[in-house]
Amino acid sequence: MADANYPDDLLYHDQHDWARLEGDDHAVFGITWYAQDSLGEVVFYDGPEAGATIQKDSSYAEVESVKAVSDVIAPMSGEIVEVNDSLQDAPERINEDPYGEGWLVKVKLSSPTEAESLLAAAEYQKLLES
Amino acid sequence: MTRYTSATEDDRAEMLAAIGVESAAELFAQIPEPLRLGRSLAIPDGLSEAEVFERLAALASRNADAESQVCFVGAGMYDHYVPAIVDAITQRSEFLTPYTPYQPEISQGGLQVMFEFQTAMSELTGLPVSNAGLYEGPSSVASAGYLAIGATKRRRFVVSRGVHPHSRETLATYSQGYGAEIVEVGLEGGLTDAAALAAAVDGETAAVFLQSPNFLGAVEDVEALGAAAKQHGALLIVACDPMTLGVLRPPGECGADIALGEGQPLGNRLDFGGPSFGFFCASEEQIRRMPGRIAGETEDVDGRRGFVLALQTREQHIRREKATNNICTAQALNALGAMVHLAWLGRHGFRELGELLVRRTAYARQRLAAVEGVELLHEAPVAREFAVRLDAPVAAVLEHCAERGIAAGYPLGHEYPEYEDGLLVAVTERRTRAQIDDLADAIGGAIAGHHAHGAFVAGTVEPAATRGSFSTDGVQKAPQAGGVA
Amino acid sequence: MSALTETPMQRERAKTIYEKSKPGRRAAVLPDAGVPERPLEELIPAHLLRSEPPRLPEIAEPEIVRHYNRLSRRNFDLDSGLYPLGSCTMKHNPRLNERVAALPGHARLHPAQDPKRAQGALELMWLLQQSLSEICGLPHVSLQPSAGSHGELAGLLLTRAYHADRGEERTRVLAPDTSHGTNPASVTMAGYEVVKVATDERGGVEMDDLRAKIAEDPDQIACLMLTNPNTLGLFDENIAEIASLIHEAGGTLYYDGANLNAVMGQSRPGDMGFDIVHLNLHKSFSQPHGGGGPGAGPIAVSDRIEPFLPRPQVVRRESDNGGGPSFDLEFDRPQSIGRLRGFQGNFGVFVRSYAYILSLGADGLAEASETAVLNANYLKARLAEGRAGERLPVAFERHCMHEFVLSGKSMKKELGLATLDLAKRLLDYGFHPPTVYFPLLVDEALMVEPTETETKESLDAFADAIEQILIEAESDPEIAKQAPYTTPVRRLDEVRATRRPVVRQPLGD
Repeated sequence: MADANYPDDLLYHDQHDWARLEGDDHAVFGITWYAQDSLGEVVFYDGPEAGATIQKDSSYAEVESVKAVSDVIAPMSGEIVEVNDSLQDAPERINEDPYGEGWLVKVKLSSPTEAESLLAAAEYQKLLES
Repeated sequence: MTRYTSATEDDRAEMLAAIGVESAAELFAQIPEPLRLGRSLAIPDGLSEAEVFERLAALASRNADAESQVCFVGAGMYDHYVPAIVDAITQRSEFLTPYTPYQPEISQGGLQVMFEFQTAMSELTGLPVSNAGLYEGPSSVASAGYLAIGATKRRRFVVSRGVHPHSRETLATYSQGYGAEIVEVGLEGGLTDAAALAAAVDGETAAVFLQSPNFLGAVEDVEALGAAAKQHGALLIVACDPMTLGVLRPPGECGADIALGEGQPLGNRLDFGGPSFGFFCASEEQIRRMPGRIAGETEDVDGRRGFVLALQTREQHIRREKATNNICTAQALNALGAMVHLAWLGRHGFRELGELLVRRTAYARQRLAAVEGVELLHEAPVAREFAVRLDAPVAAVLEHCAERGIAAGYPLGHEYPEYEDGLLVAVTERRTRAQIDDLADAIGGAIAGHHAHGAFVAGTVEPAATRGSFSTDGVQKAPQAGGVA
Repeated sequence: MSALTETPMQRERAKTIYEKSKPGRRAAVLPDAGVPERPLEELIPAHLLRSEPPRLPEIAEPEIVRHYNRLSRRNFDLDSGLYPLGSCTMKHNPRLNERVAALPGHARLHPAQDPKRAQGALELMWLLQQSLSEICGLPHVSLQPSAGSHGELAGLLLTRAYHADRGEERTRVLAPDTSHGTNPASVTMAGYEVVKVATDERGGVEMDDLRAKIAEDPDQIACLMLTNPNTLGLFDENIAEIASLIHEAGGTLYYDGANLNAVMGQSRPGDMGFDIVHLNLHKSFSQPHGGGGPGAGPIAVSDRIEPFLPRPQVVRRESDNGGGPSFDLEFDRPQSIGRLRGFQGNFGVFVRSYAYILSLGADGLAEASETAVLNANYLKARLAEGRAGERLPVAFERHCMHEFVLSGKSMKKELGLATLDLAKRLLDYGFHPPTVYFPLLVDEALMVEPTETETKESLDAFADAIEQILIEAESDPEIAKQAPYTTPVRRLDEVRATRRPVVRQPLGD
């Protein structure tokens, strides 16, 4: 994905993760354009299994490039209900389409109000510039 | 200026001027004064090359090596014939003097050797993934333990008493650190006690450790023993002797998740125990948990075939505290020696060598068993090493043989008190039928002598008197003996 | 690149030895068994036997020699040119050492030989222990660890045993953010948690941060692991205070000896307050690096750590009856952490390193360190001139010890050249690049360690090459960004090698 891009319909965590709220208590998580760009070409994604519980601000997965490993931080807490299995064979989707086919997990949120602490697209971009 | 540095007085003056200091001492001013040594080390002055050679040759001459003694000692390291091309190739500057191939464009030679080596070890063990080498055998066993904890999240190891005592002890040492409990399973008739093993393995077991041939030389039925591990989701880790894998069924075909071992028999000298290398092969599932370097095939920007270090994110220089292991070496030169030796033996030579070992070992075993006062310690099948019981103190028999120029074997009593009378005898392609006959005669003579004269005293030979031609004077008078604090 | 600019090595497609194999060829001729040729199945049950021989290559000796000679020419090596790889001490490997290591009394000595018939080997090990002890300023040495990382693990297990003996169980090990990756990896393997300590503006340990990390829970501090000079090539001037802080908290102080080449005969880790030191015999003591091993990582320790040293330990025993001393392997060490490996250690490495120490002697070792420091500072001064001084400033402006770290941050910003590009272009100039992207603390880091065995001329040539590359990049940065051009292969696709790893040759029948 060539150019920086931060969709307005997502919420952002300052550790370069995004959340897309679905309904009252579900969300999809992934990493931002900035995160995948800093990491370089993703060669491996080591994600959690469905059913795992994840905690806001804690690591729940790892993404690897050839010479770096990055923890993926949960923007919100909850239980994993679906994982993106296609990343096992095609981790490059995280680079190619970080907000679409490169999504990581779908989560049933345990505290939907945590959304209030996340950043809007403009705020996140301001953070990146500073 | 020493012989290995080149800076002349003029060079020094120019360099100091460029740096902008008066003397090199100023550069050391960052070391607080009280911490500067301020004197010469209490180490003797340097010697000429000829003197150093003589000094070390004098030390070397006080060792009874496999050239001056006929060596039937094995126990993990073996006196194989290392072909001349191994030395010729491993001594080339281009292999001897580079470091880890961090810059693949100028390290294709070393990387391709790793790739070829991985292919060979993978083929020998019957497992799809091999690394490029670890330090040596026993610490590879301990590294497999660390992998097993990571893979299973369990912390109990079930270990056969047939696993090399050094490996078991090293595993125990490492386990104090990464935190694991070890349950040992005994031997019956030279082989791992299958019922005891099955009883010891449960849902808390991270891994089952076997060795085949085991320390007593017996070929284990790895597949049958490993069933317990499979049943409880534990990893099956099998230590093996690479020189037997031309004839013995590879661990990968017997259900092993990891096959590893001491690589010395392949292309490496005895060197009083090292350096050598450990090999480490695993199932595809474990590839991202493997310790050590792994070379992988790829292409350059122009589409040319090339090799790089693959899967580096496992390693300490990237993953740091989360690395799969702390190792930072591949024992690359030792692995090269192994690869050249394997290529030299070739597909059929390797098999033939294995057959030769099995047949000569069978002969030696039969020959020794026929000696009065010698009986087999076990009757299990063996490949290249076997154990006997002696009806005389083992130390005395070894001494008697040593005086006749034969290193008769490895005494078992130190590590297996239950086999106080046990001797482990190893055979290589260098051990001829005549030498085996001499060994049998020497052991027979020692036992007969023991019974004839009551008991003769072991250890009558003084240290340093191993070779008649050597005078201890040169070493005793040397300045280093008293010069070091 | 077009075929016209290809080097002969590039035109030739890499072939593995398996691809040169042809059924019916062979090199080895084995001796006759000389014993009855019994069928294998009579000796070993058929279900324990291999059905087909492993698919090793079938190839005659001349082609094996050519194959590996050809591969060797696809390597750059220290004997061909400057190899200023920071933290790796790529100094000359004397050939004398190879000769003495190959003597049959060393090379063909079985490790289980009865000690009384291995007196020369044990004495050599003892003498090496004495020398290393004096160099480190610590009274006891174990030669057993196989490498620096193995020494680190040993040091941490010793720390654990030492505390356990005092009835303590501590959980945290401190390490600076500039530490080698092996340090934190060893900490985890030894069952501890790593706590990072920050670096101050002079490149040393940030003392306030250290005090704060200790103060969080002094009783949990097991150890501080430090390299001194550190990975920035700078001596930590606060070392005495650091040592007393750690010792007051009850922890041990561990010295990563990767950089000992700066201080041999100049300053001793034991005198600095370290309890445990590992030495890399393949760095400071001239064991060839072998393309990544073998090496050895002996440890030196203080009296309080000694009871826990690995076993066996080489000891010297005085004679009861007026004869000379003898040497032995001591196994009876009840408080020992146990073995770290098989047998006694990498003896062949000990022979080479002992030969090196005998050759140089006390003054030669001190001179080696002094020249290493002189060479590094000279090269640093040369690189502070001209464009390099502007585009590649040194990360911490003070005299360095045996190595120094440059930052390519401005080069990247102003010229669009990453440190990696500079490194790759250096290959075309016939130099091995410095260590790149380490330590992590410095942006676009280049870590340069020339060692004492380089001439002033080779340092000048290296500085000139960097200047040329920067001049060239001002007019066309693409030259470096596409480099190298003259090597057997050009930039390789590492992504592919890791995404879909091919780690063995597929073999047919």
